[in-house]
Formats: sequence, C-alpha cells, structure tokens
Amino acid sequence: MTANPSPARLYRPPVSRLWWLRRRSYLLFVLRELSCVFVAWFVVFLLLMVDAVYAGNDSYQRFLDWSGRPWVLVLNIVALAFVLLHAVTWFNLAPKAMVVRMGGRRVAPRFVGAAHYAAWALVTVVLAWIVLGGS
Amino acid sequence: MARPSRTEAVTWLLFSAGGMAAALVVPVLLLLFGVLFPLGVLAPPAYEHLLGVLRNPLVRIGLFMLCALALAHWAHRFRHSLGDLLRVRALNTPIAVLCYGAAVAGSVWAALVLFQ
Repeated sequence: MTANPSPARLYRPPVSRLWWLRRRSYLLFVLRELSCVFVAWFVVFLLLMVDAVYAGNDSYQRFLDWSGRPWVLVLNIVALAFVLLHAVTWFNLAPKAMVVRMGGRRVAPRFVGAAHYAAWALVTVVLAWIVLGGS
Repeated sequence: MARPSRTEAVTWLLFSAGGMAAALVVPVLLLLFGVLFPLGVLAPPAYEHLLGVLRNPLVRIGLFMLCALALAHWAHRFRHSLGDLLRVRALNTPIAVLCYGAAVAGSVWAALVLFQ
C-alpha cells in the first residue's frame, strides 16, 4: 500500500445500495450486524424492569402485565432470535480472533471455541438459578 | 485507507467486551423475562426475591457494566453498519457522534436507574 494516496486518484467502483441482498452470506452478515439493535433493546427492557422493581410491587406487577402484551412479546421473541444469532456467531468467531498460548504452545482453536460454549452454559445456569431463587 | 486511529482501537475494545458480555448474559435473561415469564411457561420470581437480588451491590455493579458495555457494542456495530448501508461519506461523522452519544446517554440512564 502506498502512503497517503491522494483522494482524487482513488477509484471507487459503484456499489448498489442493495448489495447485501445479493448473496445469502451477505444477508447473514447484515442480520448479524443488525443483532446489535436488539442487544440495545434488551438494555432498555432490563432497565424498565429494574426501575419497576425498585418502585414497588405494584409497578413490578404492571411491568409483568406490560411484558405480556402481544407486541412486547413478539418483539422479545424476535430479539431473542437475534441475540442467539449474535451469541453463536460471536463464539464461533472467537477461536479465530483469539490465539491462546499455554506453556509456549498454541491451544487448539476448537478448545478455545468449546471453552466459550462451556462458559456460556455456566453463565446461563448460574443466572437462571439466581433469578428463579435457587428453588 | 485511513490509518487506524486510537479512538477506533478504544471503541473496538469496548465493542469487543460488550459483544462478549452480551453473548454470555443476554440470551438467558431475555429468554426468562421476555418470553418464558410472559408466556406463563415459568412463574416469574416473587417480588421480594427479585428486589433482594437487585439490591445486592454486586448485582447493581454487574448490571451497570453489562448495560454500558452492551450499549458501547451497539454503538460501534450500528455506526459501522449504517455507514456500510447508507454509503454516504459525509454522514459518517454525524452517525458516529449520534451513536456513541446515545451509548453514553444510555449508560448515564442505567447508572441513574441502578444506583437510585
């Protein structure tokens, strides 16, 4: 690469605004990127829930009623699908992005991947146990 | 190609940490509170129990970190996706300011809610 090419000399081939519909892999890429919107929605949903709980039992019950409304439920089911897409693509990419060395040797990528899935399972069980009251 | 900036490195690190936190923590919480409790598959936690959990200082700090990092993750990914989809160079800076600004505002909201 040459240092600092002048902008006027750069050739930019025209790209359709609908480039992401051309191939399945492009579409999957865009859906994966879109998952971040639902991660942000979850933060909003979580904070509304926490706020309701701190405000008292009545507002907590109102939050539970609200979360059962069809549009909220549908939104959350769609959000769950996108968040799962995010988690799976993230953990599948992790062994490629992370080079872990132990005792001077590289840990096999599939162990790195397996460790991420194991951590995911552990976090899931622990959080469900805390939320459900250890019963 | 522009030289990778220090800002890009910092936002990428936050994006990365937020992506990991979101991937580990969000699916189970969304499954429980967003789907299984509203559908009646599982009974939602009793009020006293949930209040007890949420009053724990470690839970408050943990949830704040989750919110702030998840929003940073959203901001960075959304900023670049919007840039790729719109493909208007003049909009790149306003998009970045809006996205990271929204993430900071959301983190302040999270702190106000969690440490009230």
